[in-house]
Order: sequence, then C-alpha cells, then structure tokens
Amino acid sequence: MQTALFIIFGIAAIAGALNLLFQHHPINSALSLVVVMMSLAVLYWSLGAEFLAAAQVIVYAGAVMVLFVFVVMLLNAGVEEHTSGSKIAYIAGIPGAAAVFALLAFVFLKNKAALGTTQLGGDLNNVVSNLTEISHTLFTSLLLPFEATSILILVAILGAVVLARKEL
Amino acid sequence: MTHLNTFEIFLLLTILKIVVVLVITLTAVAYTVLLERKVLGRMQNRWGPSRVGPFGLLQPLADGIKLFLKEDMMPLAVERPLFVLAPIIALGCALISIAVVPFGSQTMVHVNGGPGFDLFEIANVNIGLLVVLGVTSIGVYGIALSGWSSNNKYSLFGSLRATAQVISYELALGLSLVGVVLRAGSLSLRDIVNSQSHHGMWSWNIFGGFQIVGFFIYLMAAYAETNRSPFDLPEAESELVAGYHTEYSSMKFAMFFMAEYANMITVACVATLLFFGGANTPFGHVFDGIFSHGLIHAVLPIFWFVFKILMFLLLYIWVRATLPRFRYDQLMGFGWKFLLPVAMVNILATALALAYHG
Repeated sequence: MQTALFIIFGIAAIAGALNLLFQHHPINSALSLVVVMMSLAVLYWSLGAEFLAAAQVIVYAGAVMVLFVFVVMLLNAGVEEHTSGSKIAYIAGIPGAAAVFALLAFVFLKNKAALGTTQLGGDLNNVVSNLTEISHTLFTSLLLPFEATSILILVAILGAVVLARKEL
Repeated sequence: MTHLNTFEIFLLLTILKIVVVLVITLTAVAYTVLLERKVLGRMQNRWGPSRVGPFGLLQPLADGIKLFLKEDMMPLAVERPLFVLAPIIALGCALISIAVVPFGSQTMVHVNGGPGFDLFEIANVNIGLLVVLGVTSIGVYGIALSGWSSNNKYSLFGSLRATAQVISYELALGLSLVGVVLRAGSLSLRDIVNSQSHHGMWSWNIFGGFQIVGFFIYLMAAYAETNRSPFDLPEAESELVAGYHTEYSSMKFAMFFMAEYANMITVACVATLLFFGGANTPFGHVFDGIFSHGLIHAVLPIFWFVFKILMFLLLYIWVRATLPRFRYDQLMGFGWKFLLPVAMVNILATALALAYHG
C-alpha cells in the first residue's frame, strides 16, 4: 500500500515539476506547482506525518498558491517566451542538483538507524499522535526559535503594510 | 464464494459507504434547492414551485432533466482544459469533506471476526478538522479558474472577488474553531463530538463550552466562505451578470450550483459537530429509560443530526430572505478588522479559562 502510494504520487510530483518548467503560461505553471505540493502532502501522509500533510495542503496549496494564481489573474499575465537560459545554469545546474541529491541520500542512509522508521496509519496502533509530539517539541525545546520566527513574520507583515500604504 | 481478506472487505465496505453517502448528499442537495425556493417564496408572500408533483416535490427532478438535456455551450474564447476542470474541482472539493463527518455514534460492524468497520463515518481521521479546512481551501481553485478561463470581464471580476473574499475569511474561520479544539484537546471530529456528549445540551460547546462568540464568527465566516447572502458579491447580478459562472451552461453550470449547496451542507455539518454536539440528543440521559432499546434507539442519533442540519439550512435561507448585500470594502473591513480580532480574543479567553481551571 505504502509502496504503491509512493510510486504513484512520486511520479505525479516529478511530472508536475517537469510540467511547471515546460508550460508557457504562468497559470498552468502555477497549477503544476499545486499538483507537486498535493503529491508531497500525500507522501508525507504515507510516512505517518498527518499533521505535516494537512499543513502542507492548507498553507502551501490552499493559501500561498491561491495567492500566486490570484496575482496572475489580477495582472492578466500573458504567454511567456522561453529564453535559452543562462550558460552557468546549464553547466552547473545538473551536476549541482545531482550532488545535493547524492549528499542527502548519503546522510539519510548513513543515519537510518538513528532517525527511526514510521508507517502509514501508525496512530491506529495507540502510538502517541505526532500532533502531540510536534506541539510538545515546539513548546518545550524549540520554544525560542518558534517565538523568534513568529516575531520575524510579524515584522514582515508590518513591513508589507508600510510598503503598501502610500500615506502613513 | 471465496473468502475475502481483511483489506478487500475494508475496500468493499468503504466503497459502499461512499456510494450511500454520495447518493444521500446529492439528493439532499437537490431538495435543499427546492426547500430554499419554497421557503423563500413563502417569506416573500408567494407560492414557490408548486406545479410538478404534489406540493412541487418533483421539481428537483424536472430541474435535473432540464439541465441534463440543455445544450452544452462552449464559448470560443475560453481556455478549454481549465474551463472544464473548474466545475469538477468545485463540486469534487464540496463533496470530499463529507467523508470525515461522523453521522452517528461510533457503531462497529465486524465481518468474519475481523477488525471493526465504523458504520456511520467513511473515514475516521485523527486530523478530521484539518482535512475539512484543507479541502475547503482547495475548493477556491474551482472558482478562481472558472473566472479566469472564461475570458470574460464579468467572470474575472466575480472570481477575483470570490477568491479574495474566501482567502480573507478563511483566517477568521480557522481561528474561530481553535477554541473548540482547545476544549476537546483533539482535531478528530469524533473526539470533539464525544467531548460534548455528557449532559445533553449543557455540555455542547455553544452553551456549556462558552464558545458562543466562536460560533457566531464561524457562522459569518462560513456564509462568506460559501459565497452566500449577505456575502454573495461574487454573483451580484446587478453588477456582474452572474459572476464567475456567467459563461457556463448545462451540466457545468449545474455542477457549480450543486457545489454551492453541497458546501452549505458541509458547513451545516461542521457547525453541528463542533458547536451543537453532533448526533447527541439535547436532553442528555433524561429519556434514556424510554428509548434505550430497539429501532428508535438506533435511529435517534441520525434524526438529531439531520434535524440540526435542517435548522442550519433554514437559517441560511432565512438570512438570504432578510439581509441586503454588503458593499465590497465593507465586506473586507468586516472580515479583517472585526471578525479576526474577535476570534483572537476568543482564543485567548478560552486558553486562559482552560489554564485556570485545568
């Protein structure tokens, strides 16, 4: 079950990401990005991280991407021309991406034992819900970074208000 | 007949539950339309539909046949794939969220001595509330894309209004529910309902839980979220013809129409579950002696659930018959400057009260 989900939605995510690059119209690209995010949400879910999956759908697919689509609609952006792109991206892009992938795969495979495993529907077997675990970590050991981030976001909101208002 | 294994039984039962719930929901949608036309008619001193069948009861059927047989117009300038996709997203998202709604108390059915399957809920998810919110937030794409792909200025303005309105009110909607989640200590809709089942009406979140402020914020935000009167600016016919579905005809229009009413039913379900004790009776254990056995005991929870939802639908219709439409800047100001701060104060007050008592 888990493998089937991984294969289906892994392929969907990759196809969405490729479509994002090849589409000529910004709104089609934005919608491909939505497909990528939804597929990632299903992958999180299949790993037993229900809260992360729901947050991914609500925050990224439901709020951030809706704003993208909204802005594209509002500005009525037209079809874009594909340029040949920069030389550096062509030379460094693929090896760079491969290097990052290899590094991450190495680190995760090396520390597999320390990271532990989880599976779909883990909460049915009376394990502590990962919602409880996340909130416990967030409000005890990670309290300072959490509060610092929220203040950072507040500053960003105030900055946006200052920039948007002409007379203040 | 060969023996089915647990997974196959699970799959078959789930599909059966989905089909049953889907049929009931779509019938309910059709008759909500009739109810709205009838009640609206009576409130405006006229009859409403009364010709097809006794009391006009077959009117939804006639409407359905009409919409099916109409010519499906495809305007030349539309963005074809998105134009077709938009109503599917709208209706699909409106129906998906019903999947996590518990219609009655947990009733396990055991097949061949295997693990139990819940009779009154399609999927008991431990983050049910977040699923409902997530699916609702995806539903915006249906409206946004329909307006953009129609290539029509009225449609575009309608969908811009709708999108801005929905993402603004989603914040107030989400925050108004936090008080309930804090009280129940869980995001599972089943747990939230169970937390209100002890003393009948007095343990419902709206009365005993002192979430009446949260409830009214939820109600107003939900009206805006479903684009219903008095927040129905996206389809204000005096300014925008018909808003985002101006270019749609036949079944594609019908899908938007059904999505609107299915969303109303979802909102009514969530309000019932979170603030009115779901399928619990309002009388607590007073009448336990009379109805403790037999068929009535089994059907009673469903009766209460449907009754509460019907009350919410009537409230929707009543509001539509009573209140005039907001102006757009008033709508935005109301959402951001009134509902959002009040929702935050509600969270703070609930959290402090819980910390003081617990």
